[in-house]
Amino acid sequence: MDRAVLLLVAAPLVLAALAFAMPSGRVRPRVLLAGALVHAVATGWAWASPPPPALGGWVAIDPAGQLVLVVVSTLFLVCAVYAQGYLARRQDRDNRSFVGGLLVLLAAVSAVAVAQHLGLLWVAIELTTLSTAPLIYFNHNERSLEAAWKYLVVCSVGIALALLGTFLLALASAGPGGPRSLLVADLVTAAPSLSRTWVRFAFVCLVAGYGTKMGLAPFHAWKPDAYGEAPGLLGALLAGGVTSVAFLAIVRVLQVCLAVGEVAFARRALSAIGLLSIGLAAVFLVRQRDFKRMLAYSSVEHMGILALGLGIGGAATTGAFLHLVYNGLTKGVLFLTAGNIHRAFGTKQVEHVRGAARLLPASGPVFLLAFLAITGSPPFAPFFSEFAILSGAVQAGAYGRAAAFLIGLAVIFVGMGATILGLVQGAPPEGLKLDPAMGDSRLTAGPPLALLALVLALGLWLPSPLSTLVGEAAALVRGE
Amino acid sequence: MTRWNDIFFILVLVADLFVLASSRLRAGIRAVATQGCLLGILPVVLASDATEIRHVALLALGALALKGVAIPWLLARATRESPVGREAAPLLGFVPSLVLGAFGIVAAVWLATDLPLPVPGMPRLLVPTALGTIWTGLLLLVSRRKAFGQVLGFLVLENGVFVFGLLLSDFMPVMVEVGVLLDLFAAVFVMALVMFDIQRAFSSLDTDKLSSLRD
Repeated sequence: MDRAVLLLVAAPLVLAALAFAMPSGRVRPRVLLAGALVHAVATGWAWASPPPPALGGWVAIDPAGQLVLVVVSTLFLVCAVYAQGYLARRQDRDNRSFVGGLLVLLAAVSAVAVAQHLGLLWVAIELTTLSTAPLIYFNHNERSLEAAWKYLVVCSVGIALALLGTFLLALASAGPGGPRSLLVADLVTAAPSLSRTWVRFAFVCLVAGYGTKMGLAPFHAWKPDAYGEAPGLLGALLAGGVTSVAFLAIVRVLQVCLAVGEVAFARRALSAIGLLSIGLAAVFLVRQRDFKRMLAYSSVEHMGILALGLGIGGAATTGAFLHLVYNGLTKGVLFLTAGNIHRAFGTKQVEHVRGAARLLPASGPVFLLAFLAITGSPPFAPFFSEFAILSGAVQAGAYGRAAAFLIGLAVIFVGMGATILGLVQGAPPEGLKLDPAMGDSRLTAGPPLALLALVLALGLWLPSPLSTLVGEAAALVRGE
Repeated sequence: MTRWNDIFFILVLVADLFVLASSRLRAGIRAVATQGCLLGILPVVLASDATEIRHVALLALGALALKGVAIPWLLARATRESPVGREAAPLLGFVPSLVLGAFGIVAAVWLATDLPLPVPGMPRLLVPTALGTIWTGLLLLVSRRKAFGQVLGFLVLENGVFVFGLLLSDFMPVMVEVGVLLDLFAAVFVMALVMFDIQRAFSSLDTDKLSSLRD
């Protein structure tokens, strides 16, 4: 197998084993950093010289997979730096399974990105769930146990449905002259011989299954709890990384639907789920009392935007892939700074948090700016991707969907804005003494600040290799 | 394709109804274990000339060992060590859930007769059994209040997916074997249950108590 692919998947696994074996909790976070660096180098290497398909075509890096790798790798690197500061402050907890679990997650996410076989893809997605459930329980309290339990139950049902969908797709390929294969390339080439009825059934089950993992409404029940209780660092990786690979899984399914000619049905379903997610997020975002749960609903909203982009098709598809990148990076900033605010105030209830900008001179303002970015304010990058989806909708003549999308964005901007301004502005509550160990430090405030700078820079200037990659990835499911 | 292998599918469906009807968790676990053993027999019954003996043996033994023995045994041990939560306390009464379960099975049989299967030569009861069992699993998941009951629901759901996967055993045996990995989840569930116990954060394993997180 190609060396870059080996580095992407096998190196994090080896380092995870090292982290589990290592006795010292102080040194262990360095292993995380090493894993992130190796992964970033391998991602860059694969991008510069795309490796040939390996293992009989089961493993290959296509543009969509490469794009997801770029997002995950960037986010993981930022989070790994942040983890150095975070875990140093959390000496109270054994970080063995946390560091090990994160590295297994990195391997699993990379495996999804390079998988061209839908069975392999399913196994890798299952591994992302199994490796993150114990991490949600990192704080070892009643609430985090409840969140981890709900995450496991809901996601495992989703995974079971996705397996059923994979079986259905295999069955669709088994008719006379069918390829009898689960390789995306085989299914696309031999599309005319697939059974359309069974592809439809498969699509329904796969979207429900991977949609659960992505956190689309109405399969999002685990999300507010898991994001609310997990450490901010994990929230960033779940909202930016794991949801991105679940999106990739849905893209793979859509590739098959497009080839088979069932795309109109698939697009209708994705648009409906997307709009439902945006609408539902808007309802729960307004007056949300817990700011980490608020971010979870924002994630439901943005997964809805991605599904809507795929659902509209054409130019909106390019917008969706661009938004995949921008949303992933911006969510990273939001969750990391939210974690800092949570620790400084000792609560995530909005009524007890005021004056974050004064208490945390870096994290507070960065949190506010990241809110402006994620709700689509120029000149931050998400404005451009959301605009691309909107203009794609208008070009495609989907005026109703465009209007609903705009209304949803406006409601969410106002709803989230009211809460976030209240958190950041004003004077901190009287009598609140900031534990000096919980204030902003270079390692906890620096990474989200750097990531925010990247989100701003991408809004001002989109480098041409990235824009080419986004265009090539979108071409897989663009249609027209 | 002989008639007598229908009996195994019917037994799997009967086990579904048993799980739905069992008010005691131990009885539910026994019914799930029986179903798991039946699933261990099915690959052998279905084996055609096209199937390699190696795959049949692997699948049958894997299902038997995991679904029939290991997971039920772990679950039974977890119930024994927990002083509370032996009785299943469903949100939906036993009779209504039985009626819904039976209704789902009838619907599955009716639905499956209209479906043109791309692979010929499969027993006519395979798809109805799979769909009926998946339906039972989902029903248990939403109607049971105890964490233990939800685990039973997941096991039944998983068994239904497994039965469905047997359709592929002739041409994609590896994929069916991969499906057994779902059992990893079941194992994690049991671990989580044990953790509940160690934690003793709740006075009973009632998922109603798991409701501090809500909007």
